Amino acid sequence: MKTDDLIGLLSNQVTRIERGAVARRFTKALLLGALGSLILMSVVFGVRHDLASVARTTIFWAKMAYPLAIAVGAMLAVMRLGRPGARAGYSWAIIALPFVAVWIASMMVLDSAEPGTRLPIVLGHTWRTCPFNIVLLSVPTFPAVFWAVKSLAPTQLRLAGAVAGLLASSTATIVYCLHCPEMSPAFWSVWYAIGMLLPAGIGAWLGPKLLRW
Amino acid sequence: MDDDRAIVAHHGFGYAETLDLKLSAPLAAAASHAHGSSNRRSANKGAMLQEAESRLKALFVRGLDGDADAYRSFLQALTRHLRAFLRRRIPHYRDDVEDLVQEILLAVHNARHTYRPDEPLTAWLHAIARYKLMDFFRSRARRESLNDPLDDYAELLADTDDEPAQARHDIGKLLEHLPDKQRLPIVHMKLEGLSVTETARITGLSESAVKVGVHRGLKALSALIRGLR
Repeated sequence: MKTDDLIGLLSNQVTRIERGAVARRFTKALLLGALGSLILMSVVFGVRHDLASVARTTIFWAKMAYPLAIAVGAMLAVMRLGRPGARAGYSWAIIALPFVAVWIASMMVLDSAEPGTRLPIVLGHTWRTCPFNIVLLSVPTFPAVFWAVKSLAPTQLRLAGAVAGLLASSTATIVYCLHCPEMSPAFWSVWYAIGMLLPAGIGAWLGPKLLRW
Repeated sequence: MDDDRAIVAHHGFGYAETLDLKLSAPLAAAASHAHGSSNRRSANKGAMLQEAESRLKALFVRGLDGDADAYRSFLQALTRHLRAFLRRRIPHYRDDVEDLVQEILLAVHNARHTYRPDEPLTAWLHAIARYKLMDFFRSRARRESLNDPLDDYAELLADTDDEPAQARHDIGKLLEHLPDKQRLPIVHMKLEGLSVTETARITGLSESAVKVGVHRGLKALSALIRGLR
């Protein structure tokens, strides 16, 4: 086929681009992915029994806000990375801010703690399993997010893959908060961060394979 | 990679090539001895690049709204810029230029919903062209590392300059590899120029299935071309 014929093919009966189709696809992917994580969480781990009473505390909502803010930043970043020529801009700051805030809170907690109790505060009761539980809950969100990102046209595949992985894991972490009994920022600053960064690493590894176009 | 850096440095994309021709005549004499000429020249070039950007953008944005004529004009202008851009970027792979032009046109079409009118069109187009060019270099490097060097001599002898702008992969033939629900909407709508409604009636598909078929078919076509490289 000659290039002129290809131009004819591409322009013939060209349909109007629907605005908001990308946003709808991301919404659908995140809702379905989160629903999958929610089912997985309630079957495998179970919702924490004191959820009704703990939901009335500020610390519980601060804990939920941590992965939620990262998810918002990752969502903005991945939508920009999916547009050729666009810069990620301030969305990096939105991703970094929650990590920094929790680290500062963690240092304040550890600073006021008795020297001998610091390590137990960081380790909590579930440090061995927490990161892997988050990885497990990312199993439904990960393909959902990649399906949405594939509708865009990322040109930096490794970076887009990493941020897509972070969006998947931070969404899974919001769900995990409904189970996880740990209530210290010192715990979240280490184990939640590892749990969220592992799928981001997997995303960076798979990005060039899955997102190529 | 050297080419990588060269492309990044040259963010003017293909426009500079075509514009240089127009600029060179009036400025040639001045440029040979006048001191401030390079400034004036780059200022003029900037203005013309700006002009090309706004002209192409107007056509492209109308294309996004479904104006086929404007979209065709946009693709024709883009093709000229791309050819000039690629011939300069990959002088050693002249035979691949037309294939790459077609591949980039298809990529631009498939990604057209990712463009936002508040951003410069040149940057968007350049990012797509650059991405496809990098992808080309990667698969080229992979293939050449496997090749027997004798193949290169054979290629040298086989080269005739009949039609330098001939694409090697025939997209029309590749179309036949697509499943019916993608191929038929493309054949009826995009080749024969029938409307969505008519295509739906002939194929027995729903109107949304026709649109989805065209969209997925063109994406699949792009993947097929990638597989051939």
